[in-house]
Amino acid sequence: MADTRPKSVIGTPTPLIDGVEKVRGSAKYTADLMPREALVGRILRSPYSHAELIAVDIDKALALPGVVAIVTGKDSPIPYGIIPIAQNEHPMAQDRLRYRGEPVAAVAAIDAATAEAALDLIELRVRELPACYDAMHSRAPDAAQLHENKPGNLEREVHNSFGDIDAGFKAADLVAEDVFHCAEVTHAHMEPHAALAEYDPERDTLLFHSVTQVPYYVHLMLAQCLDLDKSRIRVIKPFVGGGFGARTETLNFELICAILARKAGGTVRMVLSREETFLTHRGRPAADIKLKLGLTKAGKITAVKAEMTQIGGAYGGYGIVTILYAGALLNALYDIPAVQYDGYRVYTNTPPCGAMRGHGTVDMRHAFDTMLNRLARQLGLDPIAVRRANLIDAPGETPNGLKITSYGLPQNLDWVEAASNWKTRKGNMPKGHGLGIGCSHFVSGAAKPVQWTGQPDAVVNLKLDFDAGITILTGAADIGQGSSTIVAQVVAEVMGLDFSRLRVISNDSAITPRDMGSYSSRVTYMVGNATLQAAQKLKARLIAAAAKALETTPDNIECLGETYRVADSQDRGLPFEKVVQEALKDHGAITERGTFTVPKAFQGGKHRGGAVGSTMGFSYAAQVVEVSVDLETGGITVEKVWVSHDCGFAINPLAVEGQVQGAIWMGMGQAMMEETRFHEGLPLHANFLDYSFPTTLDSPDIAVHIVNSIDPNGPFGAKEASEGGLAGFLPALAEAVAEATGCAINDMPLSPDRVFAAIEKKRKADKKRAAKKVPV
Amino acid sequence: MTSRLTLTINNRTQQHLVADGTLLVDFLRDQMGLTGTKQGCDGGECGACTVLVDGKPRLSCVTLAHSVAGQSVETIESVAENGRLSRLQAMFHERLGTQCGFCTPGMIMAAEGLLRANPNPDQAQIKTALSGNLCRCTGYVKIIESVEAATNHG
Repeated sequence: MADTRPKSVIGTPTPLIDGVEKVRGSAKYTADLMPREALVGRILRSPYSHAELIAVDIDKALALPGVVAIVTGKDSPIPYGIIPIAQNEHPMAQDRLRYRGEPVAAVAAIDAATAEAALDLIELRVRELPACYDAMHSRAPDAAQLHENKPGNLEREVHNSFGDIDAGFKAADLVAEDVFHCAEVTHAHMEPHAALAEYDPERDTLLFHSVTQVPYYVHLMLAQCLDLDKSRIRVIKPFVGGGFGARTETLNFELICAILARKAGGTVRMVLSREETFLTHRGRPAADIKLKLGLTKAGKITAVKAEMTQIGGAYGGYGIVTILYAGALLNALYDIPAVQYDGYRVYTNTPPCGAMRGHGTVDMRHAFDTMLNRLARQLGLDPIAVRRANLIDAPGETPNGLKITSYGLPQNLDWVEAASNWKTRKGNMPKGHGLGIGCSHFVSGAAKPVQWTGQPDAVVNLKLDFDAGITILTGAADIGQGSSTIVAQVVAEVMGLDFSRLRVISNDSAITPRDMGSYSSRVTYMVGNATLQAAQKLKARLIAAAAKALETTPDNIECLGETYRVADSQDRGLPFEKVVQEALKDHGAITERGTFTVPKAFQGGKHRGGAVGSTMGFSYAAQVVEVSVDLETGGITVEKVWVSHDCGFAINPLAVEGQVQGAIWMGMGQAMMEETRFHEGLPLHANFLDYSFPTTLDSPDIAVHIVNSIDPNGPFGAKEASEGGLAGFLPALAEAVAEATGCAINDMPLSPDRVFAAIEKKRKADKKRAAKKVPV
Repeated sequence: MTSRLTLTINNRTQQHLVADGTLLVDFLRDQMGLTGTKQGCDGGECGACTVLVDGKPRLSCVTLAHSVAGQSVETIESVAENGRLSRLQAMFHERLGTQCGFCTPGMIMAAEGLLRANPNPDQAQIKTALSGNLCRCTGYVKIIESVEAATNHG
């Protein structure tokens, strides 16, 4: 007899549930929404790095025919920000300008030409102030202070110590200390920022579309900054063209667009240029790192002492969290008995930094794993063997209170070692070629949200009605990573149905339950678990209905997806549609909800800031990078990457592969070429030619292996797959380049000029050494 | 100044009044409602706006609408065949050549232009043809695989 059981949907490569719209060009992104009546919104930005703002004169601009409304700082007196205790930014500047590109005013006009002409007519009266562009100047005793309540331009300093540091270094046979610098990088998502605000003056309501990763935060900040009841606001997220962290925080243009629409008494459409999208920034801050690491002869790590200074830009933003992340995730990758961390988040007169893929952890991981690779070489040990000597005994808990429940790093190491033929090739590469390894990890959702409400972390509703179709209602924001596909797969798996009976409706605050959105790789884990619970409840309900109709008990019912029947019988059973009809009798449309809440035990250590870095499940990755280096130009070619990622369980292996490849590649961009550049606060990089990232011609094949470590708490065992692999690329590349050139380079990116300078320096030093050896 | 523009859009010949300085991307998106064509940069840097003009890839964000008078413009909206995905589109869908989807229309049009000129490109030729189209999600690996799968030997 043919097997009538439904095929498993999870663990099967599954194209995106919204992929057809994307390849057909019918997917609507925010800038594709063009109501006829929409006014064009444009923002006037500060040309000053640091100045007292005395007056904004808008009279001439207002008089221009076709101008409908102009707003300034006076229309946005309420501050906003991602961290409730650190909101020091206004949608438009108040009495101080703190970076070039900061919004000062905005115009709504009948067309773009009029709006832009009006911007030129707005006059700023200012008194310029001295500005700071780097940590050294910002922290100097005589430096101009950006914020009155932040002496020394310090947003936050962190001092943590776990374990016995002194004993740790004493026990080491080899201790090294070094400094590293990583340049500031930015997300450069392909879709420029855009928002559409439709304000109804009669009802005092706002309908808002935007490019956000977290519509819920946007909703909260709109209510706060417009002083408008939350119930009068509806936020919808259309298709979003990437985020990578840039769109986790509510962004200034979103608030300005809404403030402008209310003042204009209508609809304002605001599409930012690529240059403005760069200026909005929120990228990964430049970081100065001092690292001290101790190892025994056998390669066991005894202690680490790390200091990081992040150059955070002009406002707080995510700064507190970013500087805490860098220290917290020194832990939980390797077994380290003693960890000291000192972090400094510094204000500068540059666009504010924020969260970017691998939030806070990437640059520190570069420094740590690069040093680990070097110490391994100095001890005559294989870098992979050194990592094996420092594996965590999982499940367990780190000294700073992070719980590790599943740990696939050993399997990751085994795979990349074999796939890259590491044992025979490492150390034996021809001149100009090299192999390097790096490991990394990341959270599957921050265990404690920055906005505490007492509500579950995730809520998913399943609606079932007369049409026998299941509508999945979720606030999880699909920004291209495939979260809508994951929730559909979970429902399909539990119910034994295929996608034809399912539809996903996401991110409409009027319809979908509140969700914390897409950040910290939380969606598969948290929303996946909530979806799993909702689907199980719906299935139980249908089984009960089928049992009643078939005059048996629920435990006798076998669910075959499209058929429910008495188990082990020759009964033909009831088709799904009939079961639904039975379930709807005397009740009508069914909504089942599932929730998920991270238990307190997973919310990190008790020390100040201890929640940052805490999660229910860490993902783990190891990668080997092979390079060739042109020793005459310093140009690096990445020939191949082998990466193994422990995502617990790959619900959608196709999407996991795609996410891992994308993360590795983004790490490659940071490691090889990406860097924001400023001249006295003036961005020199605000386009895709000056901020270049790899094209098809620079991009290698990335072979992905998935380790299914089956996390005890993830949905079907799943953990995150989108961020954990990124950080390991940087040290892996540095190690490969070190083998290829003989040069140890600490700073990122490894641009051709930096590599060439190191090669030249080494050549000269070698020559000098050779000359000394020749007897006169 | 506004003047008459005669051209073929997605196999339909038509006439429109178009302001002289209008860029092709703005004409297609704002005037024709063909929003499948995307603008990702401030001019000629990212390839998201790629359309075919007389069968060859062209950046519509640095092309004046009037400069393609009398020519045939094809956008992503014309690639599907009788409402069904073309082979190239199907491969992008099935092999995850698209993630966020924003670069996808331009990427598919650039690949379509390549496959019409050369139905059997090798990987190096595919990489070269798509080198002006930026993607920030995929690392290009699955984009290349998608195009390879759509070739005659794929």
